[in-house]
Amino acid sequence: MNPRILIVDDEPNIVVSLEYLMKKEGFQVAVAVDGEEALVKIATFKPDLVLLDVMMPKKSGYEVCQEIRANPEQAGIKVMMLTAKGRDTEVAKGLALGADAYVTKPFSTKELVAQVKAMLAA
Amino acid sequence: MSSWGIVLAALGYLALLFFIAYKADRRADAGRSVINSPSVYALSLAVYCTTWTYYGSVGRAATSGINFLPVYLGPTLLFTLGGVVLQKIIRVVKANRITSIADFIASRYGKSHLIGGLVTVIAVIGIVPYIALQLKAVSSSFDLLARYPLLIPPLRDGSLSFLTDSALYVALALAAFTIVFGTRHLDATERHEGMVAAIAAESLVKLLAFLAVGIYVTYGIHNGFADVFNQARGEALLDALRVNRDSAASYGGWFSLTLLAMLAALLLPRQFQITVIENVNEDHLRRAMWMFPAYLFAINIFVLPITFSGVMEFGLGLDTDTFVLTLPMAHHLPWLALLVFLGGLAAATGMVIVETIALSTMVCNDLVMPVLLRLRPQWLQAKQDLTGLLLNIRRGAIVLILLLGYLYFRLAGEAYALVAIGLISFAAVVQFGPVLLGGLYWKGGTRPGALAGLIAGFGVWTYTLLLPSFAKSGWLSETFLTQGPWQIALLRPQQLLGLTGLDEITHCLIWSMLANMGAYIAVSLLRMPNAIEAEQAIRFVDNKQSLRPGNLRASAADLLPLASRFLGADKANEAFTRYAQERGVGDIEALPADADLTYFAETLLAGAIGSASARVMIATVTEEGAPVGIDEVLHILDEASQIRAYSHQLEEQSKDLERASLELRAANERLQELDRLKDDFISTVTHELRTPLTAIRAFAEILHSDPKADIEDRKRFLGIILVETERLSRLINQILDLAKLESGSGGWRIGPLDISDAVHAAINAISQLAQDKRVALEEALHGPFPIIQADGDRLIQVLINLLSNAVKFVPAETGRIKVEAFVSDKEIRVAVADNGPGIRPEDQEIIFEKFRQGGGNILTGKPEGTGLGLPISRQIVTHFGGRLWVESQLGQGATFFFTLPRTAEETAG
Amino acid sequence: MPHRLRLTAQRLVALFLFGCLLFNFPLLAVFNRDGDLLGLPLLHAYIFGAWLLVIVLVAWTTERNPS
Repeated sequence: MNPRILIVDDEPNIVVSLEYLMKKEGFQVAVAVDGEEALVKIATFKPDLVLLDVMMPKKSGYEVCQEIRANPEQAGIKVMMLTAKGRDTEVAKGLALGADAYVTKPFSTKELVAQVKAMLAA
Repeated sequence: MSSWGIVLAALGYLALLFFIAYKADRRADAGRSVINSPSVYALSLAVYCTTWTYYGSVGRAATSGINFLPVYLGPTLLFTLGGVVLQKIIRVVKANRITSIADFIASRYGKSHLIGGLVTVIAVIGIVPYIALQLKAVSSSFDLLARYPLLIPPLRDGSLSFLTDSALYVALALAAFTIVFGTRHLDATERHEGMVAAIAAESLVKLLAFLAVGIYVTYGIHNGFADVFNQARGEALLDALRVNRDSAASYGGWFSLTLLAMLAALLLPRQFQITVIENVNEDHLRRAMWMFPAYLFAINIFVLPITFSGVMEFGLGLDTDTFVLTLPMAHHLPWLALLVFLGGLAAATGMVIVETIALSTMVCNDLVMPVLLRLRPQWLQAKQDLTGLLLNIRRGAIVLILLLGYLYFRLAGEAYALVAIGLISFAAVVQFGPVLLGGLYWKGGTRPGALAGLIAGFGVWTYTLLLPSFAKSGWLSETFLTQGPWQIALLRPQQLLGLTGLDEITHCLIWSMLANMGAYIAVSLLRMPNAIEAEQAIRFVDNKQSLRPGNLRASAADLLPLASRFLGADKANEAFTRYAQERGVGDIEALPADADLTYFAETLLAGAIGSASARVMIATVTEEGAPVGIDEVLHILDEASQIRAYSHQLEEQSKDLERASLELRAANERLQELDRLKDDFISTVTHELRTPLTAIRAFAEILHSDPKADIEDRKRFLGIILVETERLSRLINQILDLAKLESGSGGWRIGPLDISDAVHAAINAISQLAQDKRVALEEALHGPFPIIQADGDRLIQVLINLLSNAVKFVPAETGRIKVEAFVSDKEIRVAVADNGPGIRPEDQEIIFEKFRQGGGNILTGKPEGTGLGLPISRQIVTHFGGRLWVESQLGQGATFFFTLPRTAEETAG
Repeated sequence: MPHRLRLTAQRLVALFLFGCLLFNFPLLAVFNRDGDLLGLPLLHAYIFGAWLLVIVLVAWTTERNPS
C-alpha cells in the first residue's frame, strides 16, 4: 500500500503545492489547515508521515508534534516540520520536541521530496 | 577637704588632658604623630581598666577572693594571640575602612543595615549600665572625699534632687568633654589621635595612682607583702584566697570568667575602637602583646594587700569598693587620697570617652543614618554638606548615652544591678563573639545566620542575666527568680532547664553561647551564602580584595561631589588626589571610571557613614559596568539573581534612589523591550516574506521540472505565482511605509483638508471592491467640517484600509458598511461600521500590532492581508494627534473610529 | 621573612595554649591549697608567677626579631 502523507499548513497555496508534489510521487494525501484538525486527521487518516507547519492558528506545529510523540500509538509516525521561521533556537526546539526533520521555507521541492522518501524508507 | 578644691583639681586634671589631646591633634596635623608609638598604643589599650578595676577589684577580692583575677588573665591570653587574630582583624578593618564593631559585623554579613542596627542596640543596652557604674564611682568617690576627714559616705536616697546630685554634673561634664574630644572633626578613618594620646596619659595616671596607694599600704602601713599576708593569715582571711573549694564547677566558673574577659577585651566597643580602629600601625601590636598584659599585671599586684589591709582596718562594715580611697583617708594623707580620686577620675573618663565615642559612631552610622536614608532620602539628598549633620548626630548620641547612663544610675541606685554590672556588660558584648570570629574564619556564615545567632544570644542574656538583675534590684518580682515565670521551675532564669550549681555568669555564658552559636551555624547552613555575603567572606576570611571589587563603576566627576558631601570638600579632594597619585595619574580628572576607583570611593565613604550606607550612596551614582572576560560573565550569570535581589533591597532603602533607579531600570527595560521587539519584528517579517516566497518557488520548480504538466494545472499554478508575487510586493511596500512612518521621516505632505473630501475619495476607491462582493456602502457626513492641516493622501490611505478591511470581513450579498463623520468642539470623529463577524474583546488591541491579525474570517480560516494595514493607519492618525480604535461585540459587527483634533485647524481658513 | 613570621605565629599559638593550661584546672587545683612561697600564699604566688612567665615569653617571642 502506498505511504500516507498528511499535509498540515494554513497557507492554502503552499498546501496546493505540497499536495501536488506528494500525489505525483504516488502517496495518499490528506490535508489539515490548523493544529486541531491535524490531530483529528492523524487519528483517523493514520498517516505514515506528517508535513507539519509551525505557525498555525489554534494549535502550533510544536504542540501538534508534542502530542504525537506523547501518544504511544502514534510512535511510528514520522514528522517533518516546515517553517518560515529559521532561527537556530526554533530548529533546536522542533528537534527537541521529537521532529524527525526540520525544513525551512522556502524549500527546494526536489530535496523535500527526496527527504520524504528517505524518511519513509528508514 | 572642700568640695571646690576637689572640683578645681578635677577640672585642672581634665584641662591637662585636653591640652594633651589638643597638642597631639596639632602634631598629627603636622604629620608628627605622637601616637605613632607602640608604647602609647599599649598604654591606650589599658582603657580596659575602668573604675570597675580601679575601685572594684578590691571589692571583688574582698567578697570572692582570688576570683577577681580571671578578668585580667583573659586579656593576657587574648593578646598572646594578638599577632594572629588581632592582626587579622586590624588588616581587615583597614582594608575595608570599618568604623566600629557594628560596622565590622554588618559589613561581614553582606553590609546589612539590620545587623549593624542590632549590634548597636545590643551594645548600647549592654554598655549603658557600665557607664552608669563609672558615674557612680566618680560621684561617690567625690562625695566621700569631700567629707574628709570623715569616712562615712553621705546617704543616697530618693530625696537627693537632680540639681544637687554630683553624678549629673559628672555626666554632663563628661559629655561635654567627650564631644570636644571625639567630634571635633569628621575623619574618614574614624581615628582620633588626640583622644588616643589623652587615653594613654590617663592610663599612666591611674596606674601610678593605684601603685602609689599600693606601695603606701604595703610598705607604709605594713611591712611588705609577706607581712600583710601573715597578718591576714592570723585573722583567718586567707581562705578567701582560694578558688572556692575544690568543686569542678568553681573551676568551670574560673574558666568561663577567663573566657568572658578574653572575648570582652576584644568585643567591648571601646576595646575594639582602641585596639583595632585607632591602631595606626599593626607593628605596634607586637609591643602591646606583652606590654598591655604587663600593665594588667602591675595594676593587680597590690589588690590583695589593699584588700586585706582594708578588711583588717575597717572590717567588712565599710563599702569594700572604697578601700582604695578610704585607706589613705584613714591614715590622714589627703594628698594621696586626692591622687587616688584623680586616678579614679582617669579610669572613669577614659572609659566613658572612648566608649561613648565608639557607641556614638555606631549609633550614627548603623542606626540613625540608615533610618534617615530610608525615611528622609529627599532631605538628605538636598543637603549639600552632610559633615555637620553627621557630627551633630554623634554629639546628640553622646549626650543621650551619658544621660541614659545617669538615668540608669539614678534608678538602680545602690542596688545589686550596679555591682554586678561589669560582668553583665561583658556577657552582653560577648554575644558578638561567634559572628565576629566565625565571620573571620568561616566563609559559610550568612546574614540570616548572624541575625539568628545575635538575637538568640542576646535573648538568652536578657533572660538569664538582665531580667534577674532587675529582679534582684526589686524591679521585678522575686518569684520570677525563685519559682520561674508562671511557676514553671524549668524556666527559672538562673537554673534554666534545671541546670544548677553554676554561678550566674557561667550559667548565662553556657546557655547564651549554646543558643548563639547554634542558631548562627544552623541558620547559616540553611542556604548557600549569596553573592554579597560570599564576596565579603572572601574579604574577611582570606583578607583579600575579591577578584571583582564590585561591578559598580562611576567616574571621579560623580564620586568626588558625593564624597565631599559627607567628608567635606577639602578632605575629599585630598583623598582623591592622594589616590590619583598612588595610581600614577596626574590629577583627579584623569582617573579612569573603573571598579577600583569606585571601590576606593566606597571605602572612603564607608569610613564616614558605615559600609552599608556607603554602598547605597555609591549606587546612586554608578552605572553597571560592562563585564569583561568569560569568567566575569559566568560569575555574573551565576549570581545575577542575587545581585538583582540585592539591588532591589537597595531600592527599598531610599525612595529617592528608588525613583532614580526605577527610571533607569524602566529605560533599560524599554531598551531591552525594543531590542526584543526588533528581534521579533525581524523574525516575523522574515516569516511573512518567506511564506509567499515558498509558494512561488515551489510552483516555479514544479513548472520548471515538469513541462508535461496538465495545461489547467499550469494556468492555476501561474495564477498562484502571480497572486503570491503581488502579496510579496504589497508586503514589502507596507514594511517600507511603516519603517518610514516609524522613523519619523514620513514624507508628509501637509495641506488644508476637508475630511469629507477624503471620505469621498476613499469610498470611490473602494466602491468597485464593494460592488464585486455586493456589499452596501453608505455614508453619513454630519458636516460642515472645519478645514484642518493634514496629509490628505495619508488620511485617504487610512480610510481605504478601514473600508477594505470591512469589505473583506462582511458577508457577501448581506454585507453593510457605513461611514459616518461628526464634528465637536475639540475634534473631528470618523466611524467605519460594518456588520461582519465582529472582533473578540481580547483581540481588539492586538489587531493594531504588527502582523497580528484577528482570529480571522471563520470561513476561510486565515485572514487575508499583511497584518500591517492597521498599524500603519494608527501611526498616521497618531501623527496628527488623533486616536484610532475599534468597538465591537462578537457577532454584532465592528466599528472603527478615528479622531483628528481641531488644533490642526487652519486658523486662516 | 615569611618563614620566620610563620614560626612566630606558631610560637604564639603555642604560648596561648600554654597559658590556657597554666591558668586552669587541673594545674590550678595543684596549687589551690594552704602553704606559702616566700611568705606569699601558694596560689597567689603561683598565678602571679605563671602570669609573669607568660608575659616574659610573649615579650621574648615578639621583640626578639623586629622587622
